[in-house]
Amino acid sequence: MHRAHFPHRLLPWLLVAPQLLISAVFFYWPAGQALWQSMLREDAFGLKSTFVGFANFRRVLSDPAWLNAIQVTAVFSLLTAFFSMAIALFLAVQAEKVVRGRAFYRTLMIWPYAVAPAIAGMLWLFMFNPSFGTLAWPLRQLGIRWDPLLDGEQAMTLVVAAASWKQISYNFLFFVAGLQAIPRSLLEAAAIDGASARRRFWTITFPLLAPTTFFLLVVNSVYALFDTFGIIHAVTGGGPGKSTETLVYKVYNDGFVNLRFGDSAAQSVILMGIVIALTAFQFKYIERKVHYG
Amino acid sequence: MAEISLRDVRKSYSGLEVIHGVDLEIADGEFVVIVGPSGCGKSTLLRMVAGLEEITAGEIAIGGRVVNRLEPRERDIAMVFQNYALYPHMTVRENMAYGLRIAKLSKAEIEERVARSAKMLELGQLLDRKPRQLSGGQRQRVAMGRALVRNPAAFLLDEPLSNLDAKLRVQMRLQIKELQRTVRTTSIYVTHDQVEAMTLADRLVVMNAGVAEQIATPAEIYDRPATTFVAGFIGSPAMNMLPARGLGDALEVAGQRLAVPAPAGRDLILGIRPEHLHPAGPEEPGFELHVQAVEWLGADAFAHGSLADGTDLVLRTPGKAPVRERDRLKVAPDAAALHLFDAGTGRRL
Amino acid sequence: MAEHEMIGTSRQSRIMAHFLLVIGVIVVAFPIWYVFVASTHPLQQILRPPLPLLPGAEGPSNYARALSGDIGRIGGVGVDRLLLNTAVVAFGIAVGKIVISMASAYAIVFFRFPLRMVCFWMIFITLMLPVEVRILPTYKVMVDLHLIDTYAGLILPLVASATGTLLFRQFFMTIPNELMEAARVDGAGPWRFFKDILLPLSATNIAALFVILFIYGWTQYLWPLLVTNSNSMNTIVIALRKMISFADADTPWDLVMVTCVLAILPPILVVVLMQRWFVKGLVETEK
Repeated sequence: MHRAHFPHRLLPWLLVAPQLLISAVFFYWPAGQALWQSMLREDAFGLKSTFVGFANFRRVLSDPAWLNAIQVTAVFSLLTAFFSMAIALFLAVQAEKVVRGRAFYRTLMIWPYAVAPAIAGMLWLFMFNPSFGTLAWPLRQLGIRWDPLLDGEQAMTLVVAAASWKQISYNFLFFVAGLQAIPRSLLEAAAIDGASARRRFWTITFPLLAPTTFFLLVVNSVYALFDTFGIIHAVTGGGPGKSTETLVYKVYNDGFVNLRFGDSAAQSVILMGIVIALTAFQFKYIERKVHYG
Repeated sequence: MAEISLRDVRKSYSGLEVIHGVDLEIADGEFVVIVGPSGCGKSTLLRMVAGLEEITAGEIAIGGRVVNRLEPRERDIAMVFQNYALYPHMTVRENMAYGLRIAKLSKAEIEERVARSAKMLELGQLLDRKPRQLSGGQRQRVAMGRALVRNPAAFLLDEPLSNLDAKLRVQMRLQIKELQRTVRTTSIYVTHDQVEAMTLADRLVVMNAGVAEQIATPAEIYDRPATTFVAGFIGSPAMNMLPARGLGDALEVAGQRLAVPAPAGRDLILGIRPEHLHPAGPEEPGFELHVQAVEWLGADAFAHGSLADGTDLVLRTPGKAPVRERDRLKVAPDAAALHLFDAGTGRRL
Repeated sequence: MAEHEMIGTSRQSRIMAHFLLVIGVIVVAFPIWYVFVASTHPLQQILRPPLPLLPGAEGPSNYARALSGDIGRIGGVGVDRLLLNTAVVAFGIAVGKIVISMASAYAIVFFRFPLRMVCFWMIFITLMLPVEVRILPTYKVMVDLHLIDTYAGLILPLVASATGTLLFRQFFMTIPNELMEAARVDGAGPWRFFKDILLPLSATNIAALFVILFIYGWTQYLWPLLVTNSNSMNTIVIALRKMISFADADTPWDLVMVTCVLAILPPILVVVLMQRWFVKGLVETEK
């Protein structure tokens, strides 16, 4: 069946104009600039720039600091995605079991969603502050030399904890919806076949949750890549050393703090490539039911 | 009060023609039903009259005014959609009043018209309900009401009963007919259901593959179908179609010679409706029918079988004297009710 | 309720589930509770761990001091101004994005015009260009357009993105064709159809998107950090960061905690109060 349309010609243009205009000015033009700048190098005084082709990319890709950032980003993203999803799934499964109080638990569970990542980071650092943090105190009592401002691994632990904590709400809501969408009859059939509760979870519930899990994996990766800039900036500033310097933080740092524009732009372009790949991946494998006609 | 005329109306989608020139003159107050299988173009034709589809070529006039380039609202028509298309967030009253409000009628006038239409359709109790609180039949009546309040030059109805169950369909069919008799508004009604078509229409348009095969009264269509398609489409079970050959003063069919004049040497198709076959007398020429299945409906029964040469044949018998499966019987056609078509063109001779 | 119970969910396992959920809720909600508790204790108490788990008596005085200008004395800008800035940004982004994306989705779904699909893809591709990947050049555009330290600068670049348009487009496409045709036959033009039919039907979606975007706007960090130089244009999140120094002991933690509570309370209220639409919108739109 053909979709009916209004026969107007000019009106639709007026309707899309605002969005196209803003997209052009704040998205396409700067993205183009980033592409162009990634192939320029400025002299020491920032007076003259010369076209250097892919030289910036070559330098970035062989820069140990950038390779370190890639590694930090990978570790940070994987740990954050894993912990926030595992905890959320565990709690969602418990919430599926209870009859009463679901809405109550949900209400208390969604608070962190409303907390800015930067504030989440500050909260966790406050709680685990080596000198007066209430939760750092027992660690000290146990004899752990706890100081996330000096120890790289502890700093990473702290930012992962803060980032995961904030994301539990989001994942919890999706897992609850995913669990509710699983046909009860399948679980009943498995129960009649004699499968234990644990077995039912791993052989039926978990596989049927795969689309939700997969979707969340992509969303959480994107979250860990970008939205957590605030956590890193507010808590560790990429340090100590460069132990929590993620890709986005490095783009910011090189561009705004160290004023290495060419390198920063080249990193931006590489990041753009990663986002495009992730988005393409998501739409190819997850959003199949969306039709772009 | 309006007559509607279509002159050589055509429709193409990206170069592919789907409506091949339809001519139709509808008199003021007439109830015309367009019937045909799905995909024959009947809905497209109706939507072109409504102004929801552009007309590729030809001319449509409503009340003597050519409307080709007019918006739906400028055509003075009202439409009833297959899925009713009631505005889900509005009450029945608001649904009915919406068009009048846009037309800037006075509050009192709107109120009065809605009340009058609601009374005709027995919607009085439902005026403050939302569509989701209504049954299918009630929604259908609201859709009718929404068309009725507008008091338009013409009603356009696109399969308005196809979402109802069988019993309700019969009931609504009668109501629509009665309503149209009362208000006497020119109406075009599209359906794929031949019973609806036969019972409602003043005149029928039988469409097939973008062509109006025949435009005539139901009786004429039934008694003198213009083509094999019309013959096969109208009537249930369908008319029997037997390949035949003209012999001048007679007809050769299934190895039998029937005393029916037919042009010599021409390949023909002989159409016989199931009710126009009767058990042959001993002397009468007829077909040997091998009955394979019997559908007993109570008042009558349909016997499905085949002839010696393999041609399928359906016979209608009274329910009191049923034939049985695996019976062999000799049947003969009623000579006065035979239909002859050209085998090549499918046209009636 | 028996038919809602999971098969094999015995009484014990339900009690166990409740127990685990309570622990989960404590873990998830604890940091927020903790910051609230901290905001009600005197500075000396905060600096001497462990902090009590219940609110102290200093709450009223801490809040009174913070609201009456003590925060202004630290950062130079009063907390009222910070909250106003943040609210303007959050509302601006939420409302702006909804208006702009509804308009473009309406055009793309209900009209046929040349380059329609080009427009759609132009919008779609912005999905792949988050602020983070074009920080410097976007900053330069802001400088050239004199948008640094303005509300427009804080809002505009975040107002256009594909997510809203995609969402509304998807929703509009579920609206039966006949509804629009019925409206046209009833005499409604594009504006009336939008106002009388589409807008009321989109109410739930708009509410859900509003919550999501309000939170998005309220919690922005990188962008406000870049385009505000003047403290008086800071959002509360940025100002909070500037108040804290983890290394030295000068940070007025009691006031910081009050600011923190004020910074997270509005979005939490929005999420909790509009929970129904928010959850529905989040789960239905992003999947």
